[in-house]
Amino acid sequence: MTRRSELRELTRVRILTFLREPEALFWVFVFPLVLAAVLGFAFREGSLEPTPIGIIAERPGDATSEAATDALTLVLARDELLSIERFASFEDARKQLTKAAIDVLVIPGAPPTLELEPNKSEAEIARVRILRALELEASGGAEADVRIAPVTEKGSRYLDFLFPGLLGMNLMGTGMWGVGFAIADVRRRKFLKRLLVTPMRRSSFFLSFMLSRLVFLILELLVIVLIGTLLLDVPFRCNVFDFGVLSAVGAFTFAGLGILVASRAKTIEGVSGMMNLVMMPMWLGSGVFFSYERFPDGLQPVLKLLPLTGLNDALRAMMLDGDGLAAVGPELLVQVAWGALSFAVALKIFRWQ
Amino acid sequence: MNGDPKAGKVALRAIGLRKNFGDLVAVDGIDLEARAGECLGVLGPNGAGKTTTIEMLEGLLVQDAGRIEVLGRTWGADGDAIRQRIGVQLQETQFLDKLSCYELLRLFGSFYDKRDGEDDVLARIGLTDKRDVHVSKLSGGQKQRLAIGCALLHRPRLLFLDEPTTGLDPQARRRVWEIIEDFKVGGGSVVLTTHYMEEAERLADDLLIIDHGKVIASGAPETIIATLHAENVVEFTPLRPGATDAGGERVPREWEDAFRALDGVDAVLIDGASVRMTASRTQVAIASLFACLDERELGLVDLRTHRATLEDVFLSLTGKHLRDD
Repeated sequence: MTRRSELRELTRVRILTFLREPEALFWVFVFPLVLAAVLGFAFREGSLEPTPIGIIAERPGDATSEAATDALTLVLARDELLSIERFASFEDARKQLTKAAIDVLVIPGAPPTLELEPNKSEAEIARVRILRALELEASGGAEADVRIAPVTEKGSRYLDFLFPGLLGMNLMGTGMWGVGFAIADVRRRKFLKRLLVTPMRRSSFFLSFMLSRLVFLILELLVIVLIGTLLLDVPFRCNVFDFGVLSAVGAFTFAGLGILVASRAKTIEGVSGMMNLVMMPMWLGSGVFFSYERFPDGLQPVLKLLPLTGLNDALRAMMLDGDGLAAVGPELLVQVAWGALSFAVALKIFRWQ
Repeated sequence: MNGDPKAGKVALRAIGLRKNFGDLVAVDGIDLEARAGECLGVLGPNGAGKTTTIEMLEGLLVQDAGRIEVLGRTWGADGDAIRQRIGVQLQETQFLDKLSCYELLRLFGSFYDKRDGEDDVLARIGLTDKRDVHVSKLSGGQKQRLAIGCALLHRPRLLFLDEPTTGLDPQARRRVWEIIEDFKVGGGSVVLTTHYMEEAERLADDLLIIDHGKVIASGAPETIIATLHAENVVEFTPLRPGATDAGGERVPREWEDAFRALDGVDAVLIDGASVRMTASRTQVAIASLFACLDERELGLVDLRTHRATLEDVFLSLTGKHLRDD
């Protein structure tokens, strides 16, 4: 029989083994769905939650004190964003405060006492609301005159900022875990050693990981982008082809990093530790959940050189601002440099047995 | 290829192989030769240097010193040509669980210029009915046959098998032997390491016994047995006067010397409370043994005699049993 393409067969085997691994499928396809559902819930319209506060009479059981508490409760209840729970014992009330089930405990008096944890922003919100309700009552209900213009424009919500970041993080995670684990697994099984005594070209072995990543990338992008645009109404303003090229470059970069991280590790545990070590700075510093511009100025150049930072910036520029490939050239260059460097180093230091 | 007219007859030759791991000398000057169409059995206790030797021959390890010629080629220059022509089963390979037998053979087939069809290979290793079954669902014996299938699907001229039947039950072991014998009938050469004497006796044309990284005996099994200079073995457990069991104590030095001095006895090996003597003239040896026991008023727990086997050779050369179990 004639020779089949070993690259095609190796890639085929990678895809088959991946599809037959339920956990892997979960992380790549189900996890983004779950994440999207959570996001959709958290950022659904009109989702401002009332602030939970507690109130308790200064002397529980005392008629005068209880009456004063009733009166104050009525005042506070006018603000519909305060959800008030009445307590009969200080012990209960403080327990709830410690558990953060309520953000402030109000004790009527002249003046009323607010027990709160001063370092929590929720407590601060509750305090401001309570003060506002008290001031409204004192001033006879006159509110300062301002016009509220809610930001609802597509592309400027926090969710719109967050979504491309999560996509970038997912590309990093699946790229690194998918490749790194698979390599550690074949090494642990001594399957890698068995391949070494065949005439298989080593480049085919590495390329098969890259190619199988590409196949899954297409599925992964479809799932995530469709959820984002159709369910969460995240804008997608760029050319699909440009977006595909950027994602593929991102996927290759992280597959290369995955190979590098797994190039020496002998155990799955070793690989896991290394993966977390490499990914942790990027989860925090690459602008997934909040802009990396919040970090000190001195760190900015370093953060901008992280592979995920460039990918996130480029994804945002494309999806939100409709930029093309040319506009994200520098970010692409950083990606390609990381990918090529990782791959080259991995080839040098790779432990085959 | 060199001009040596005998080159075609030798599948594998190694001269002066050495390998150190740090301070540990794993292989300390081993010479070996496997003739084309024959099976070379490599025996040795655990840690003797068998696997290190085999891995150097397979090109997985580079020797510190010595020369290796596989099918007339050397590793440095012709690695890929050698890999196209050898088949290898390694001791600890775990194949990918989620692949079927067919898929695994298909993958390995893609590495070679020439290969047999997957279904032909499945028939040869008796796994036709497991074609689409995942590796994880196979028994130990089936996995081992699949491993050998992966090693011979490209019709190699030389097959390396590292303990191919360790841990298998006797029936599964015999099925593996049949595959190896078929391969030999087809003209293939085999290098086999094993823990099982029966396996070495059945499959190997030549043997190499190594211990502490050195060859301690080599040649055809009969020749090696003949080097014991004794065809028979007498094993017995002596009993102190009045005792009812041997109690597991080592045979006293004094008795040992007496047994060594017996007529017809060539060598004596003490194995705990038991004694193993090799004898060229068994009847004479047994007669003088009984006289000696009578004289010292010693009893016997047991007494056996049998023709010398490889196990006896092994025991007398290394002082160890081939297997610990």
